[in-house]
Amino acid sequence: MTKAMTPQVAAPAPAEKQKFRLARYQDLALVPVIILLLVIGAVLSPIFLTANNLIAVLTQQSELSLLVLGQAMILIVGKMDLSLESTVGLAPALAVALIIPSSAGGLDVGLAAWLALPLCILIGVAIGGLNGFLILKVGLSGFMVTLGMLTMLRGLQLAITEGKSLIDVPESFLYLGSTTWLGLPAAVWICVVCYAVGIFVLKYLRAGRSLYAIGGNSEAARAAGIRVDRVVWTVLIIGSVLAVIAGILMTGRLGSVAATQGEGMIFQVFAAAVIGGISLQGGKGTLFGALSGVLMLGLVEQILRLQGVSGFYIKASYGAVIILALIVTRFATGQKQE
Amino acid sequence: MSEFAAVARGVTKRFGRTLALDDVGIEIRAGESHALVGRNGAGKSTLVSVLTGMQVPDAGEVSFFGEPAPPVADSAAWRRHVACVYQKSTVVPDLSVAENLFINRQDLGGGLIRWKKLRAEASALLETYDVAVNPDALVSTLTVEQRQLVEIARALSIGSRFVILDEPTAQLDGPAIERLFDRMRSLQDKGVTFLFISHHLQEVYEVCQTVTVYRDARHIVTAPVAEMSKPDLIEAMTGEAGGLNVPSGDDRPSSDETVLAVSSLSGDHFSDITLLATRGEVIGLAGSASSGKHEFAETIYGLRKPSAGAVSVDGSPVRGGDVPAALQAGIGCVPRDRHHQGLVLDLSIAENATMSTAGAFVWPSAQRSAGSNAIDSYDVKAAGPDQPVSDLSGGNQQKVVMARALAGDPSVLVLINPTAGVDVKSKESLLGVVDAQARRGKAAIVVSDELDDLRVCDRVLVLFHGRVVREFGRGWRDQELISAIEGLSSE
Repeated sequence: MTKAMTPQVAAPAPAEKQKFRLARYQDLALVPVIILLLVIGAVLSPIFLTANNLIAVLTQQSELSLLVLGQAMILIVGKMDLSLESTVGLAPALAVALIIPSSAGGLDVGLAAWLALPLCILIGVAIGGLNGFLILKVGLSGFMVTLGMLTMLRGLQLAITEGKSLIDVPESFLYLGSTTWLGLPAAVWICVVCYAVGIFVLKYLRAGRSLYAIGGNSEAARAAGIRVDRVVWTVLIIGSVLAVIAGILMTGRLGSVAATQGEGMIFQVFAAAVIGGISLQGGKGTLFGALSGVLMLGLVEQILRLQGVSGFYIKASYGAVIILALIVTRFATGQKQE
Repeated sequence: MSEFAAVARGVTKRFGRTLALDDVGIEIRAGESHALVGRNGAGKSTLVSVLTGMQVPDAGEVSFFGEPAPPVADSAAWRRHVACVYQKSTVVPDLSVAENLFINRQDLGGGLIRWKKLRAEASALLETYDVAVNPDALVSTLTVEQRQLVEIARALSIGSRFVILDEPTAQLDGPAIERLFDRMRSLQDKGVTFLFISHHLQEVYEVCQTVTVYRDARHIVTAPVAEMSKPDLIEAMTGEAGGLNVPSGDDRPSSDETVLAVSSLSGDHFSDITLLATRGEVIGLAGSASSGKHEFAETIYGLRKPSAGAVSVDGSPVRGGDVPAALQAGIGCVPRDRHHQGLVLDLSIAENATMSTAGAFVWPSAQRSAGSNAIDSYDVKAAGPDQPVSDLSGGNQQKVVMARALAGDPSVLVLINPTAGVDVKSKESLLGVVDAQARRGKAAIVVSDELDDLRVCDRVLVLFHGRVVREFGRGWRDQELISAIEGLSSE
């Protein structure tokens, strides 16, 4: 059998004129909203459109955006991971605690300081791998497993640190979250690179496209020769590692690991992903969309802050804004959100 | 009261740019079984949704027993006039049969649900219609046949005397189909009217009195079944003279070079099957739903793990239970159910067609041109390679699955129910592809209940309880093959 034979009659269809199709541009649905928010912000506050303010918005959102990137891929493949927000706190806390002495709140293991970053990443791989094992091999509900992990990991962090912030963080660990490259915080560059890679992989690599196939119909994906479990497992691990990176950036930005680091972020993560057009049912959405969801939430938050909304109200307004954003997105894209 | 159970006149329905129904009508005489046939995309499904109040037509009117149809919002009123048993189940799988029968009226008008009474009512209802199902059983534990009967009983209990059966036989095996027909006849004697939709024309002749044909969203003909010959019917459906034109392939060149060797393979529901397929050979596998033929074919493709035995292609062994390994070895597969295993409905034609074969990098332009190629080679009716497969009719979806199976130019094809739920014209074209691929030196295994599919085969193996019990060469007679499938064969 000559494998080179092509089964098709090799006559490519006459180049049809690609008609303008709205569906192709669904990704960009939030761009007008983002522009509108920029205009509103500029009208309400003279400093809104300054470089400093916009950089501040980007920096604040960089950690959230990495979590959203991970969660978006996990959602596309048809799973969800609630434990990401606890990973943000636990991984840096554990890595740092393994290095610093007990006088500074550590575990007195005394590993070398340079190990902090690799250790932290390794912890992320382990958490994602464990989630994957429980979901795929043991066959537990992903929602419940990661909900349990959410609580367990947070509890573990409290147990290790006895509820205290870790202040004595190795210099190497703080670098990424606090330095600037070419005038922009390194955190922003890291996000840009992660998103660029993610968008490329999900569009141009077979491995990336398999996420959509699995999320859309995992049985069909399996019948098409995709190794479904392997892909899902990998995506869960990547999601955890991205959460760890977010944790490292946050630690660097704040200079310490707070006991509550990452707490409550998972709601914003889901909000940004859904606003960005990622379906909770799997198989739909793009990372660019998810990114625009993050930016939209960031701009709204900053507008509220600059307007001096009282601290007591900011949480309520933020929740209201998420719902409002969902409504806006619903009509901007013309699609029902499942 | 009118002599017609249901009448639709001048119905037009548009979905975006597509005209789904173009000024069509249908008149269904009370107490008859009326067949509605047509190719995929002819407008049958849209007519059903108009007749059941799921869609409002853009123009036209519908009436039941002479009364104009209720407003679309009043779904309770619609349910009293008409009931529909869809291919897809409309029962709640994790509730009991009793609760499903009285779903959303579990209180039986009393305000509070009295479970004992509900059960008693359900038992009585099941008994009235002679349905042998335990009312306490969860619907998910029922067979397809039992589930359909529960749905029919529910419809009749609501007061509807007009029942639409949308491809009810698609998932049933031979004896179950016969039992369904017996039941239809006896209900018809009690005054129930049926609109029967099926791709199997033989069934139309067996159970219906009148037939209506739609083609390309238009009404073509309505006539008594007795006055329509099968070729006439096919002509009305396709617009072309002549019956089903399936290549029989008797003139296919044969070869003695073995491509696929299956040696004493055992697995789920089948055991110890040995099979050699040579280049250009098409082998049919027939048998009832429980014969193990599907499981056997799925094991060859690696969807299931074998418990013993081996598969090899071109002399090299294929790792069992590993689809990528099977693809690598040169086995392509059309899986059993295109919705469940064949397609990712939200993705484009191009993406579905290239899913098994894409390289590490996927360039959209290359993917699109591969999609266009598939559209041309397999005669897929579509707007373009970017169209999601969910937009396509069943026959065209199946062609995309076929394109995917063939995309890697495999040397062995495993085709499971390759023409299930597709219309005559698509069937011709799909079977034509099988014949053409065999002529190019591929070996093919066709797993099917449909005699038309098996006619393209060089030999047909009949499985019964997981073993090969008979083998037919070319020129088998329908009757002997069917009786072998039913396990009646006496050698």
